[in-house]
Order: sequence, then C-alpha cells, then structure tokens
Amino acid sequence: MIKLEPRGERSRLMSWLSPILAALLTMLTGLVLFTLLGVDPWQALTTILYKPIADTYGLAELAVKATPILLCAIGLSVVFKAQIWNIGAEGQLLMGGLFGSYMALQFLDNDSGYVLPMVLLAGVAGGLFWAGIAAILKVQFNTNEILTTIMMNYIALNILLWAVHGPLKDPEGFNFPESAMFSQSAILPVLIDDTRVHFGLALALLAVVAIWVLMSRSFVGFQIRVLGLDRSAARLSGFREKRLIYFALLLSGGLAGLAGVGEVAGPIGQLIPSISPGYGYAAIIVAFLGRLHPLGIVLATLLMALLYMGGEMAQIELGLPLALTSLFQGLLLFYLLACDVLIGFRLRLTTSKPATAPAAAVATDTAVIEARG
Amino acid sequence: MDIDLITNILYAMVRTGTPLLIVALGELICEKSGVLNLGQEGMMLMGAVVGFIVTLSTGSLTLGFLAAILAGILMSLIFGVITMELSANQVATGLALTIFGTGLSAFIGTNYVGKPITGLEPIDIPVLTDLPIIGRMLFGQDLLVYLSLALFGGVYWFINHSRPGLILKAVGENPHSANAIGLPVFKVRYLAILFGGAMAGLAGSYLSLAYTPLWMENMSAGRGWIALALVVFASWKAERVLLGAWLFGLASILHLVFQGMGFSVSPNLLATLPYLATIAVLVILSSNQNSRLVAPISLGKPFYAKT
Repeated sequence: MIKLEPRGERSRLMSWLSPILAALLTMLTGLVLFTLLGVDPWQALTTILYKPIADTYGLAELAVKATPILLCAIGLSVVFKAQIWNIGAEGQLLMGGLFGSYMALQFLDNDSGYVLPMVLLAGVAGGLFWAGIAAILKVQFNTNEILTTIMMNYIALNILLWAVHGPLKDPEGFNFPESAMFSQSAILPVLIDDTRVHFGLALALLAVVAIWVLMSRSFVGFQIRVLGLDRSAARLSGFREKRLIYFALLLSGGLAGLAGVGEVAGPIGQLIPSISPGYGYAAIIVAFLGRLHPLGIVLATLLMALLYMGGEMAQIELGLPLALTSLFQGLLLFYLLACDVLIGFRLRLTTSKPATAPAAAVATDTAVIEARG
Repeated sequence: MDIDLITNILYAMVRTGTPLLIVALGELICEKSGVLNLGQEGMMLMGAVVGFIVTLSTGSLTLGFLAAILAGILMSLIFGVITMELSANQVATGLALTIFGTGLSAFIGTNYVGKPITGLEPIDIPVLTDLPIIGRMLFGQDLLVYLSLALFGGVYWFINHSRPGLILKAVGENPHSANAIGLPVFKVRYLAILFGGAMAGLAGSYLSLAYTPLWMENMSAGRGWIALALVVFASWKAERVLLGAWLFGLASILHLVFQGMGFSVSPNLLATLPYLATIAVLVILSSNQNSRLVAPISLGKPFYAKT
C-alpha cells in the first residue's frame, strides 16, 4: 500500500508543482466527465481551453476577464499571508461597483477630466468601506472574519439589487433593473484599439508590482508575513497587530472595490444586477493556486479567466451548462488541497502495515507540525 | 396585528427555522468532535438538487430525502478524506467543498430549474391545527418539521446523556488524550463528519422538496453559513441551537411581519436581515471573552497521531 512519510521540511519544488498537478488532474476529471456526458472529450477540451483564445480578440477578452480577478486575488494574497481569511472580496467588489456607479450617475452630462478619477476613487472607497466594517468587527469585537465577510457578501448583493431596482434605476429605462449608461467621461479608456481591454488592466498590473515590492521588500510586508507565521512572535517583536490587520484587510478591500468599479466603468458601462459572476470567490482559488505569490497569481488568474471563457464557449458550442466553470473551480481547489499534502510528505510504497507504536506516533506528530509549518 | 397574522408568523418561523435547525445540529456534532466543516452550504445545495431530481424522476418524496442524505454523506466524505487522510487545512477544504457543491449542484440541476413537483404537504389534525396562535405552529407542520424535533431530541440526549456522546466530546476537547486512552479518534471524527453531511443533505432537500418546493441555483442562500454562526450563537449547546434556529427563522420572515404591520420596505433590504442578525449575534458573543472558552478546544486543529 501507499504510505505518507513526512519529509522533515517543506518541499519548495512540490509547492510549485502541486498547482500544476492539480490543474492536470482537473483536466483529466474533465475528460472523464465529458466522456460520460457523451461529448467528444478532445473537442470539449479544445473548446474550453483553446478556442476562446484562438484569435487576438479572444486574447484581448481574456485580459478583460482577468482584470477584476487579478485585482481581487492580489489583494487577497496580502490578507491570506497574514492568515486572515477575507472571503468577502465578492461583496467588496460589489460595493466598489455600487459606489462607483453612484458617483458616475452624478456626472451624466459632464465630460470633465476629473469625472473618471472621482468614479474610481468612489469605487475604491466602496471596497474600503465594506472591508473596513469587517476589520472593525474582527479587531474590536473579535468576530470570526470568515463568517462576517460571507454574510457581508450576501448583504452587499442585496443592497446592490435594491439600488438597481430602486434609487439608481434609469428613469427612462422602461423599468428594467439597470442604471442609465454612464457618460463617456466616466468610462475607463480602452488600452488597445478594437478590443475591450481597458485601463483597469494597467492598474491591476501596477497593483501586482506594488504588492510584490510591498511584500518582499518592505518592513510592512515583513511584518504581515511574520503575523501570518506566528501571532505571538509578531506581538513579542512589538508589531502592532491590530494596525496590520486593518492595513491588510483595507488593502484587499480597496483593490476588490477597484475591481468592481472597473467592471461597471469598463466593459459594462452601467450598473446592472449581475456585475460579477463570482470573481471575488474565484479570486480565493486563484490566490491559493498562485501560492500567494504575485507571479503565481498572474498565471492562476489567466487560467481562471480562461475557465470563465471556456465555460461560456462550452455552453454555446456544446450545450453544456454554464455551471461547468464553477464545477471546475471547485475541483481545482480540491485537487490543490489534496496535492499540497506532497509539500510536507512523500509517498512511499510499503509492503506491510507497520505496527502501532505511541512513540513513533509522537515523533511523526512533531515532524508533521514542523513540515507543514 | 390580528390573531391570524400571529398564527401565520409563528407557523412560518418554525418552518423557516427547520432547515437551519437540521443543518446546525449536524454541524454541532461535527464541531463537538473537533472538526470545523465550512462546507455546509455546498452540501446543502447538493442535497437540495439530488433530492429534487430523485423525487421528480421517481415520484417518491421518501426516496428524494434519502438520496439527499446520501448526497450529503458523499460530499462530507470528500471533506473527511482530504482533511483526515491528507491532513489538509479544514478551513480551506470546507471552502472548497462549498465552491464545489455550488458548482456541481448548478451543473447537474441545470435542466431541472423551475420544474414543478408536489412537495411535502403540511399535516392537518382536526381541532388541534385550528387552535388559535399555536395551532398551526405546533400541529400543522409537515412531517420533516417533526422529524427535525426528534433529531433535536436525539442529538440533545446523545451529547448530554450518552456514553458515545462523552467519547465524542473527549475527542473534540483533546484528541491526543483520547487517543492515548485508546479512543478511536479518526473513526469518531469520520462519523461526526458524515453525520454533518447527512444532516446538511437532508436540510437542503427540505428546501427543495418541502419549503419552496422547486430547484433553483444557489437556493440555500447562505443558510449553511448561517448555521455555522448558529452553532457559535448556541455556545455548542443543543438546546440553544433549537432556540437560535427558530429566532433566525423569525428574522428571515420579518417581511411578513412588516407587511402585516403595514410598512412597505424594499424586499431586497429586508432580505439582508438574517445576515445582519448573524453578524449582530457574532459580535455580541465574540466580544464576550468567556464565550470562546466553550468551543471544543481542538476545533479546527488537525489530528496527526496516526501510524
């Protein structure tokens, strides 16, 4: 039988191979699934992974889809490093979209240059506001941030629905739950002609570089990493834990807010009920898959954006349900968590079952704790 | 408010609280063993869709409920294998379970959205059901509501008065000591996880076979998460889970109360109430330093002493 044996230290190689292995296993599962569904697996695979980006237009759309995911995920990489589980990127994104839309709707007949910065700032403020509440709840009241941020996702969605059915609804929109189209001055400029790639992508890439520098070169980044590795060590070193929690949560919230306003003031151009097909949740998977590292996150973002496009393509061309995307997202995360066992353990084939010995158990125990950090 | 309205509100409160009660009882047992499974939402959705599909194709509600329980168990088994055999992080695995369950349920349920079935009907006991105020609440519910009460009684007795319940608590408080005196930590935790899955599956199918009854993507609408908060609210005590579930049931149907009182508030804003209530409850309980002492001590921590 196969036995897991502690490595004694974390394997850096496996930590990077694990996401690749997980992606391959997900693909393999997909092939089996398609065969069972009676779809030609090879055709399905190319439809999902290749066809969406077979031409330049497709590649541009990939960048459009990647923009909000990247912004959310790069922010999450900072909070997750601090071992703070912000599951609320989705809600923070929606609030960013809502605040940004509110601002854009104040300037419907204004083509001044300050409109767009105001709209973007409002979006960031929306994300900051929503993450700020979660931060206060965590720091001042000690509430579990997983549950509060999840609850706030549902609240944000309902507030957005209320706004788009009520105060922000276009009075001339035949009662559709949509806001008026924003004026051109509130729309992010297109970066590449004849595509929908907008300025938000530049901001997202800027954020990636900035956070790379922050986390690997700055003292704040160092403090956040220490906080995540060992709370008491951080406290003993005199790091201000509360401030760091506020900083990390607000940073990720602000970036998610920017992602939200980037959607309404980018490819969408108005406030609608569904501004995100779960980008904030996808970003969680991306952050894990990318090992909380900027470069890894960029690659994982591209894969996730491709999955979104592939899901749509599979729906159009093969008649498969759109939920294929979220199914694969879940599978990917499962396989990743399962493969991550190989970071701390190696597989060993054993011929007989070893006898149970308490001493060995204790030894294994400590080895495992060290191995898994 | 007139008597009819109060009667209806109490009836709807229990009915709405029932899925929360069932899923929270499962999570309570799971957490008592020291395992935090954040995948309740995903397991509920799988229970909802599988129960619905089976009932629609066989015409049998019983088979639907049983299939939903099985679906929940299978989902929790994935969680068990990844967290116990591969000692993965319980928080991340639970999240993965929810994301996976949301996706898989939407995937297999695509062709069943909006299809009609005859759901579980409330029972009607002559005289008793017609009693004012409490008649419908206590005597006019469907069978699953009574089953949920029986489950509550069972879980209460199990935790507080049975020997296996003692073992469960020992494993959750200190798995190493439990292991040292020869208690099967892994087996206990597996059983607790599977029970949690079964309950989440059943709770999900209550939504799709009795409460609504139809299948919709994401129809559990955060109830799995609210149940997690409920267990915190209940300080890991079964009797308070019942109270909490019904209170949250009430928070979810406050729009009925508001309408009855003649207020007109946006339904979207009213829909935020159960989530706001959850946050409020978490704030009140978490800022009290003593409340955290009642959580099972090893909650969320993996157990490795396996040879």
